[in-house]
Amino acid sequence: MIHKFKFKELNIVMDINSGAIHIVSDMVYDILDFYPDEPKEAVISQLSNKYSPTSINDAFDEIEALKQNGMLFSDDDQITTEMLEGRGPVIKAMCLHVAHDCNMRCKYCFGDAGAFEGQRSLLSFETGKKAIDFLPTHSGTRHNLEIDFFGGEPLMNFDVVKQLVAYGREAEKAYGKNIRFTITTNGLLLDEEKRDFINANMENVILSIDGRPEVNDRMRRTPNDKGTYSLIIKNYLDFVKEREGTYYVRGTFTRDNLDFAEDVKHLADLGFRNISVEPVVTDPSLGYALREKDLPRIFEEYERLADLYLQYAMEGKPFEFFHFNVDLEQGPCVYKRIAGCGAGTEYVAVTPEGDIYPCHQFVGNPDFLLGNVWDDAFENKLFEDFNKAHIYNKEKCKSCWAKFYCSGGCHANAYNMNGTISVPYEMGCEMEKKRLECAIGIRAALA
Amino acid sequence: MKNIKTIAKPTLKNTASKGCGECQTSCQSACKTSCTVANQQCDNTRRR
Repeated sequence: MIHKFKFKELNIVMDINSGAIHIVSDMVYDILDFYPDEPKEAVISQLSNKYSPTSINDAFDEIEALKQNGMLFSDDDQITTEMLEGRGPVIKAMCLHVAHDCNMRCKYCFGDAGAFEGQRSLLSFETGKKAIDFLPTHSGTRHNLEIDFFGGEPLMNFDVVKQLVAYGREAEKAYGKNIRFTITTNGLLLDEEKRDFINANMENVILSIDGRPEVNDRMRRTPNDKGTYSLIIKNYLDFVKEREGTYYVRGTFTRDNLDFAEDVKHLADLGFRNISVEPVVTDPSLGYALREKDLPRIFEEYERLADLYLQYAMEGKPFEFFHFNVDLEQGPCVYKRIAGCGAGTEYVAVTPEGDIYPCHQFVGNPDFLLGNVWDDAFENKLFEDFNKAHIYNKEKCKSCWAKFYCSGGCHANAYNMNGTISVPYEMGCEMEKKRLECAIGIRAALA
Repeated sequence: MKNIKTIAKPTLKNTASKGCGECQTSCQSACKTSCTVANQQCDNTRRR
């Protein structure tokens, strides 16, 4: 399978199964409309008004040389489904909900303003310890483990976060593991003391903000319905000034700001270097929900964002956009690219009550409750369902050129939109494909 | 080649012997709602 597309003046051809990517001449780009289905003579005849037979012959030789070297029209025979599905239940990453409470009331919140359809609650140190012990004891031979402190708003329970990091460091020694802690915050309580602790202990930090003040304040509100931009921006700027490790400022765009490249620009102009802006996924009946008819406008905006990315890179003030960071040298292995995000297999979420779910997006849905960290006899009853929900088993993914880049998409989005984790969320697919074309186009432009 | 410039080598097959699972879980990295997996790093050689 190949995928070809134009990015600015460049013709780009991707060989999907091998991962090879090529910039090609107009002539090769045109020939690939016919090759390999049509014989050479027919192609020469079809394109005789544009190119000479000799030059088409030469181009054919180049295409066939790549094909022979496994760089065009290569087979998808890297690994078998059995190799993938036979890896067994190993849990290596946890989204730890330290607070099912929040000091914001963001209009698009999937977590019911922190409550996740339940009581507002904070994780106790005792349940947190059980959660931390759960991870190494279910991680098999994996050495690197991850715990993301999440909410609601995790800084509302920061004393427990600190206690759990200290406990986790002891657990690393006891179990012979390496735990990477990360945290996701809305920034309201991000003072100097928390900043210093986070910088000393967290491998990655996600700082939530939507971009321009009016865009952020439209959705991200205080409980008494005030905007939050002015309350968080200094905290974030102070934070990243001191930050040496990885961080992302992360926003959500909705139908109300389809010009979201302006939000990325606003954040980049403030000096933030790592930026992620995600499409909202919500009830389609809501006014700010993205609709299929918005897709052309969204695609146009991703192109504007790619222009901005290149412009800022050329001007010596580069920023990273999360979805444009495709690594053409290697990136993740084929197992990861087929299996996807790992929710419900190697990734779980744990609530303040100790309940275990396949990921943070499923929290509160009783059909996806897997167990509790206080129950030592844990068995992931949905392991097989999630283990089999990979790109070789999803009909829509099998024939999609983006399958080894997006790896099947978000299970929760699929479930919420289609009632099954086996059918991906179509609009998410379309946006992902556009982001990938921009990401690869950027690499080609910089090559 | 006159007509084709390769900017990414066919590396996917070389990774079939890996699959060690030591890398970061994609959803933890920044997005939390929409995965791109191809932008993750391989940690096969980054074990501590």
